[in-house]
Amino acid sequence: MKLIAEVSRWAIPLLFLLIPVVAYIRRVPVYESFVTGAEEGFKTGVRILPFLIGMLLAIRVFIDSGALELIARFLRPILIHFGLNPDLTAIIPLAVMRPLSGSGALGVATQLIYQYGPDSFIGRLASTLQGSTDTTFFVLTVYFGSVGIRKYRYALKLGLIADFVGFIVSVWIVSKVF
Amino acid sequence: MLNLIWLIMLAAGILVASVTGRIETVTVSAMKAAELGVEVAFELIGVMSLWLGLMRLAEEAGLVRALARVFGPAIRRLFPTLRPDSPALGAIIMNLSANILGLGNAATPFGLKAMQELQKENPHPDTASPAMCTFLALNTSALTLVPATIIGVRLKAQSANPTEIIGTTIVATGCAMVAAIVADQFFRRRERL
Repeated sequence: MKLIAEVSRWAIPLLFLLIPVVAYIRRVPVYESFVTGAEEGFKTGVRILPFLIGMLLAIRVFIDSGALELIARFLRPILIHFGLNPDLTAIIPLAVMRPLSGSGALGVATQLIYQYGPDSFIGRLASTLQGSTDTTFFVLTVYFGSVGIRKYRYALKLGLIADFVGFIVSVWIVSKVF
Repeated sequence: MLNLIWLIMLAAGILVASVTGRIETVTVSAMKAAELGVEVAFELIGVMSLWLGLMRLAEEAGLVRALARVFGPAIRRLFPTLRPDSPALGAIIMNLSANILGLGNAATPFGLKAMQELQKENPHPDTASPAMCTFLALNTSALTLVPATIIGVRLKAQSANPTEIIGTTIVATGCAMVAAIVADQFFRRRERL
């Protein structure tokens, strides 16, 4: 564990040392090339802006209005009917929030960890869930937006399938391990 | 599908707000969403410029191609539609490595670079190519060895063992990734791509 943490700590400084040094040895005009590459950053940021605003509009209205909570409440009896342990229902808002909003999900997870305790079942499950899936909607919006793609084909389905499997496996593995 | 989800989220939100008598939250949220979009995009501009600058150096020094040559064979089987020497592979590998190491703000610029390269080989520029779908499936389910943010939260909440969730996280994310790859193959075959 220590080793991995150390690798993460050193990775960025080493990249910023090694890449320019190797480039310089290979006769790349390092500063000029860096600036040329960096120019792209601005263009990309501007290109994704409309996509971001469009997606955030729907997500914010959906969450702030209380519609997300309502869906979580609606899902509760259905999931219990299909054999979900009733103690687990506290996790549903997090599971619904996770693909939509990174900061929102972190907020819900933090609140669950404090409310139930970090070493409780719900606390561990919330931690595992938060670490194991990504903000699918945000990633698709930014990545596709940056190259102007409007038709996602089956990419959204794939992301949501992965999120769903991640959720089921999280519940299973956390109840198994701890 | 995305159009419908977008409409449903928006309409359901407005409906719920009006029924619960808090219709003004819709106005506030809409304005906030616009502001937040600009904030996020501007934050991205900074880090992206930084990493894309470095990426350019790595490219011109031939390092991205070298990376693709070393790790490419393993990952290329997932991207049968790409040219074998596609520069996208190098960027994809850099994105996945940054994700695994938990370097979130480096992962995004590398990922966007990969999308640019994939777009060059995309015959329909307004529609996602199969390679893009595969890449995003890998990306959104990608493994992180150290989920640093949540460990920080657990530490602050006085967990007896903040890092004990690393193992369960790796199992969950690993299964999600396998599911994403299998589902990708399925959809690809169904659409005969």
